[in-house]
Amino acid sequence: MNPKRKQRLFIVLFIVFGVGAAVGLTMFALSQNINLFYSPTQIAKGEAPQATRIRAGGMVVEGSVKRDQQSLNVTFDMTDYENSVTVHYNGILPDLFREGQGIVAQGELDQNNQLQATEVLAKHDENYMPPEVADALEKAGNMPKPEAEVFNK
Amino acid sequence: MSENKKWMPRWFYQLASPRWSYEIMGKLLPGFAVAATLLLIGGIIWALAFAPEDYQQGNSFRIIYIHVPSAILAQSCYMLMAVAGAIGLIWKMKVADMVAKSCAPIGASIAILALATGAIWGKPTWGSWWVWDARLTSMLILLFLYLGVIALHSAIESEATAAQSSAVLALVGLVNIPIIKYSVDWWNTLHQPATFTLTERPAMPAEMWVPLLIMVIGFYCFFAVSLMMRTRNEILHRERRSSWVRELIEKR
Repeated sequence: MNPKRKQRLFIVLFIVFGVGAAVGLTMFALSQNINLFYSPTQIAKGEAPQATRIRAGGMVVEGSVKRDQQSLNVTFDMTDYENSVTVHYNGILPDLFREGQGIVAQGELDQNNQLQATEVLAKHDENYMPPEVADALEKAGNMPKPEAEVFNK
Repeated sequence: MSENKKWMPRWFYQLASPRWSYEIMGKLLPGFAVAATLLLIGGIIWALAFAPEDYQQGNSFRIIYIHVPSAILAQSCYMLMAVAGAIGLIWKMKVADMVAKSCAPIGASIAILALATGAIWGKPTWGSWWVWDARLTSMLILLFLYLGVIALHSAIESEATAAQSSAVLALVGLVNIPIIKYSVDWWNTLHQPATFTLTERPAMPAEMWVPLLIMVIGFYCFFAVSLMMRTRNEILHRERRSSWVRELIEKR
């Protein structure tokens, strides 16, 4: 490789790694702002601001969903297996919403640290399987569940 | 000089010749075209008619067979564009510049396809067309980078300057590729993590991932076909004054 080319190679490497380092440090500094949602543990610790719009993500606790018979009001608990948050929502839930499903809710924390949600989105995991396989896994109790760290990065 | 030649394989230096590249691409084209047609048609039929439906999402999950290949290809195409741009910068190889230029519009269309299928998939499953999470946003930035490269190429009249500046933009934007890839691991996102990893078994059974793999290979073959067609056009256009192109046109 002649010196000219070598020099240009170093410039190219400098661009790639220089920009990489700069962007990497910026992202690291901003990482809390890049997270789409707060986990129940962060909310329990008081890291999430109150009385402002935030998102919270977690798993819907089995047996915690209480639907009002007269209206669309629904209340459920959301957990990352360490802490949980109660969510109140008035509206239509996504099709994938069910107990044991990961969700992301947008809303405000009230004085009791409960989330008054205005939007609920379903967060599905990376596991896909045919219904028969899912039935078999369910019966054997081996259904893959999202891990706590899915909501706590 | 003879010492320099050993630094890279022979075909690398042959690629520097527009005529040689034009001819070798012409020979490779039919094979890739046949492979792309067979793989895409076979893959689509398998994916839509024979692959099992998902236990949670039912049939709407089948859009994965377009969404995942296009998302993978949009990133691979960007990497190729950046590497070709770097080769053009370092070795001043015209053909590499032409490859980089031809990558941009193809990559932009594929990125749009990935974003559109993602939005169509997101509405029924998540409940929202679009969320500003790290994965979706970084993918949108990838599309903007492609558009930036296309804009630079058409804004600068001198072909050499246009190639240089868009190669620099492509190299700067290269930092986005690992961000797209690892966004779902680094931050809390609505987008689920990768189903396929190099280290673990795929998080879906074989009757689902085999057609997906066929679609991915089919997308790559289709990309090879369209890239070679575009590059051949670009070679003819830029070498229009050379004698071999004139002869080629007169023979038609």
